[in-house]
Amino acid sequence: MHESTEILRWIVALPLIGAALNGFLNRRLPEAVVSAIGIGSVAVSFGLALKAFFLLRALPAEGRILHDFVYQWIPVGDLQVDVGFTLDPLSGAMLLLVTGVGLLIHIYSSGYMHSDGGFGRYFAYLNLFVFSMLILITADNLLLLFVGWEGVGLCSYLLIGFWFHEIANSAAGKKAFIVNRIGDFGFLIGIFVIVRALMGHVDEGANILAFSTMAEHADLLAPVATLAGLLLFVGATGKSAQIPLFVWLPDAMAGPTPVSALIHAATMVTAGVYMMARMSFLYDLTPVALSVVAVVGALTALFAATIGLAQTDIKKVLAYSTVSQLGYMFLACGVGAYGVGIFHVLTHAFFKALLFLGAGSVIHGMHHEQDMRQMGGLRKYMPLTFMTMMAATLAIAGIFPFAGFFSKDEILYKAWLQSPALWLVGFLAAGLTAFYMARLMAMTFFGECRAPDETKRHLHESPWSMVGPLVVLGILSLVGGWMGWPEFLGGSNAIHHWFAPVFEHGAAHGVAATEVVHLVEGGAAEGGHSVALEWTLAFLSLGWAALGLFGGFFVYLKRPDLPGRAQQWVSGIPHRLIENKYFVDEIYDAVIVWPIHRLSETFLWRVVDAGIIDGLMVNGVGRFVGLVGQLLRLVQNGLLRWYAYSFATGVLVIVIYVARHYTG
Amino acid sequence: MPDLQSLGDNLQVGLEHYLTLSVMLFSIGTLGVIFRRNVLVMFMSVELMLTSVNISLVAFSRYLDDLNGHVLVLFVLAVAAAEAGVGLAILVEIFKKRDTVDVDEFRQLME
Repeated sequence: MHESTEILRWIVALPLIGAALNGFLNRRLPEAVVSAIGIGSVAVSFGLALKAFFLLRALPAEGRILHDFVYQWIPVGDLQVDVGFTLDPLSGAMLLLVTGVGLLIHIYSSGYMHSDGGFGRYFAYLNLFVFSMLILITADNLLLLFVGWEGVGLCSYLLIGFWFHEIANSAAGKKAFIVNRIGDFGFLIGIFVIVRALMGHVDEGANILAFSTMAEHADLLAPVATLAGLLLFVGATGKSAQIPLFVWLPDAMAGPTPVSALIHAATMVTAGVYMMARMSFLYDLTPVALSVVAVVGALTALFAATIGLAQTDIKKVLAYSTVSQLGYMFLACGVGAYGVGIFHVLTHAFFKALLFLGAGSVIHGMHHEQDMRQMGGLRKYMPLTFMTMMAATLAIAGIFPFAGFFSKDEILYKAWLQSPALWLVGFLAAGLTAFYMARLMAMTFFGECRAPDETKRHLHESPWSMVGPLVVLGILSLVGGWMGWPEFLGGSNAIHHWFAPVFEHGAAHGVAATEVVHLVEGGAAEGGHSVALEWTLAFLSLGWAALGLFGGFFVYLKRPDLPGRAQQWVSGIPHRLIENKYFVDEIYDAVIVWPIHRLSETFLWRVVDAGIIDGLMVNGVGRFVGLVGQLLRLVQNGLLRWYAYSFATGVLVIVIYVARHYTG
Repeated sequence: MPDLQSLGDNLQVGLEHYLTLSVMLFSIGTLGVIFRRNVLVMFMSVELMLTSVNISLVAFSRYLDDLNGHVLVLFVLAVAAAEAGVGLAILVEIFKKRDTVDVDEFRQLME
């Protein structure tokens, strides 16, 4: 398009260069240089991303798209895949998010990981992650998106098991990787389904997996839309930790805390939501898949929130909170409000990254103690951490005018338009969110300090490299939602208009698409201006969130005996269920892992591997050759005249044969 | 094969005669190698076989008017001489050790 679109490839490539430098040279570089390379590459990338973003904004709203074709990647017969990057309003927003929050977290990491033995390795992985994430976001076709998708999965695995000296950490890494593989399998089959539907029906030489081509030929996709949509969503449930594949995310907290903030809160886990928004032209064709997505999202939001109520590890609470918030995003996508889902991705990235970084700051100050029962009263020692985390808590609870209010409220509003039942589930989860966050804050920052004296003496505020990003994110947690200031409150909902061109494709193409879009947005159209409804819902959720917050603080500060008495009152069973995460891990172990283990051991190992492969095939071939050798040995008797005789006979036979064959 | 009568009538010696001789010598040599147990005799039989080949080479060489056959014969002779030298030397050593030239006694190659 322009010569200036080449900027896109540099935005993507810079973190890769940083990763290569740090990865190959890290043992020879001092910490200062490693962090300069790591932070610098992302910082320049962020700068270029800003520039690209403003280039994009300068274009008219209809034609807001920048495309950078790099090279032809796979030219195989009818299948053409390029490496190319696209910037449109959707990827532009995500680009700024990933590079921006990524930059803050890189800066934070330089303080958090200070004097860790794997400092260089850490930054190499982190840069590699940013690179993969940028590929995922800016890819102009589904296959390249999948490359990024796998890349972030790999980096997630590497960083969860970063402290691999402890077996539990590497086990958590493996779990994350394997659970993600299950999802990715679905994703891959989804891609195959789409390729099969389009191959041969689109013009010769067209790049059939490019998003623009797929959107243009959405009518061809209509017959397989439900299947493909659900399969891609299977991938999303793995990557974005939805029921039933959410089990890896809480374990992923074994990694360093900035990693949890960047990968397992702000960016990677939202890849599923981004993918759905990117493929919205497909999902618009299939109300069935959308309903499944909405229901799974809403259930995940509620389910994870209840688990979050009873965790004592500060990072585990946040992890379940992330699962729950991701559920909201899928709920939004499932009711067809992709833009709102992405809006929540953005605001959630601000406040959840902040919560994790704040928790990291606390953990840093507490000398790697993560149990909230050992904390308390930290407000005095870490005032900045406390204040910023308070902002994030208000944001996630959905208190006006913090960021979470705008996005969550809009999601709940859209859910109500689709189905009040979905709204109710999300609404319940919102109250629980406020409650467990209040519990977290109360146990960590208020009351008496329960830490041992030794730790208490060393309690201190974290260094500036860590507090700085907290402050920036704290401000973003406050103002970040204002870009979606709803119209009924006198705002302009700028982000809605920003995203609008990306999601307005259904009406333009295909008959089926049009119908479905009307179906999905029909409610919105008729109730879209029902200001009274919006006010009511907003007040309801605000009051409910405030009640949750108040309840949490009240119970855990004034009446710490209440949870115990409540447990006694209901004889402890619900509490045990929640505390043990509904035994989901145990159920998966019993239903899936254990049978596979048994099958592997008794059948695959003993029968197939030891019996057939080793016994019959490998040793069988050996034994057969040995047997033939034994027979041939009889011929080799050492009698020279016998050899001469056989030789002469052989020659004679051949001569006779040849003579008869060629002369007869 | 021409019958002996016409051979007597017409003493023209042609390619067939040489080849016949060659085949006979070769067969005798082969049978000698197979049926004699004395290594020295076997050696001589091998030489006989080589000679029969030489005869046919020379015969064809004359018949086709091509000198290559003659040249090849010289090579065969040289190689045969070398082979006989080495073979006899080995034989002498074996005889010193085993006190026999009976080939059936030499079965160590089996192991």
